[in-house]
Amino acid sequence: MITTDILIIGAGPTGLFAVFEAGLLQLKCHLIDALPQAGGQCSEIYPKKPIYDIPGFPEVLAGDLVDNLMEQIKPFKPGFTLGERAQHIEKQEDGSFIVTTNKGTKHHAPIVAIAGGLGSFEPRKPLLENLKKYEDNGIAYIIKDPEVYRDKKVVIAGGGDSALDWSIFLANIASEVTLVHRRKEFRGALDSVEKVQAFKNQGKIRLITPAEVTGLEGEDKLEAVNIRKITTDIEDISIQVDNFIPLFGLSPKLGPIADWGLDIERNAIKVNTFDYQTNVPGIYAIGDVNTYPGKLKLILCGFHEATLMCQSAYQRIYPDKKYVMKYTTVGGVTGFDGSKKEAPKAVVKAID
Amino acid sequence: MSDVKIKITDREGFVHEIDAPTDMNMNLMEVVRSYELAPEGTIGICGGMAMCASCQCYVKSDHQLPEKSDDEEAMLAEAFHVEDNSRLGCQIHITEDLEGLEVELAPES
Repeated sequence: MITTDILIIGAGPTGLFAVFEAGLLQLKCHLIDALPQAGGQCSEIYPKKPIYDIPGFPEVLAGDLVDNLMEQIKPFKPGFTLGERAQHIEKQEDGSFIVTTNKGTKHHAPIVAIAGGLGSFEPRKPLLENLKKYEDNGIAYIIKDPEVYRDKKVVIAGGGDSALDWSIFLANIASEVTLVHRRKEFRGALDSVEKVQAFKNQGKIRLITPAEVTGLEGEDKLEAVNIRKITTDIEDISIQVDNFIPLFGLSPKLGPIADWGLDIERNAIKVNTFDYQTNVPGIYAIGDVNTYPGKLKLILCGFHEATLMCQSAYQRIYPDKKYVMKYTTVGGVTGFDGSKKEAPKAVVKAID
Repeated sequence: MSDVKIKITDREGFVHEIDAPTDMNMNLMEVVRSYELAPEGTIGICGGMAMCASCQCYVKSDHQLPEKSDDEEAMLAEAFHVEDNSRLGCQIHITEDLEGLEVELAPES
């Protein structure tokens, strides 16, 4: 059982900044995120896009913003449960909560802050008959352990970075890698595109474009995929395979949180604007996942909400303590790792 | 500047004839959201960067729309339910040329 003061669901910018504000109050945080890395949409959808409305940053790449936030919260040693989706919540007799992920990891905390953005990212699945039948039986949407594909015949479909990168990676592990994409053009980092071109020339990757996977075959497990290549005429190809990996990106779904007994309005969790608490005392919702009159889905609003949430959480955990907010310029930042940052003392020296 | 009339068929098949402003720097995805023709969280997920295809729509009328950018082409090549007349709503800027445009929202995926 993982125990912490504030359990944050969602490791996007809002969730990450909450760690900092909680840390200033000496509250520890642990974050759960369905994605394998921190940063939420900023890392998953648009890491290379510039953002222009983060106060104090005339321009910052979404990926860099996440890196900066990770650096900023490092002294507060947040814990992470990544690649797992928060599934169940159970209120304890003492008012605290136990949150269990889809993999069974349990987390215990007096405060739960949902910073889930638009929800947890689920793989977008191609529209193919019998898809379900072969899931985890030849078909996977996320590559967890590349060793599974050693000496196997693999077909990858998709035209983005992950399709390119995994084709390159698996070219040295699998016995056969076939990359199928609807167009000849790929959307990815230039060096990935060039590497796939090189591997194709060397015969290490078989490229079928413009083409689409149209069917799946196999008795109990996946044995072959049918591919339709559309150039001037239509060519149907069947390839013997062990594995098919469709990589068509991820789309967010509110998911199990929708069943936690929280007031939901238009795919968002209703909160008050005093402390961003939901209808369940002790559960807060901050950032894009919440809604209230005048709500704007902006990172900078999420930062504000995270800050007020932490103040309220502190009062909830320590109802008898009196607390006065301290500026970081005055109090500095004292990390849980023993680090201490503070403003340098002014020089006081007489002038003769 | 004035509004243009646009006919939008939502994902349930209902046809909405709405006024879209040409002077508010809006795109078709934003118009759909402002009229709440699709539930929040199911359209415009990436905010309009041509990076999610949640605003995919089919253009039913024969309006001459601006060419697709490389970003839009690439995204549509990875989306589902794509037809020859598929476009991303977020990439269609509302201008006076769109008077009478007819579109249908693609299914959620």
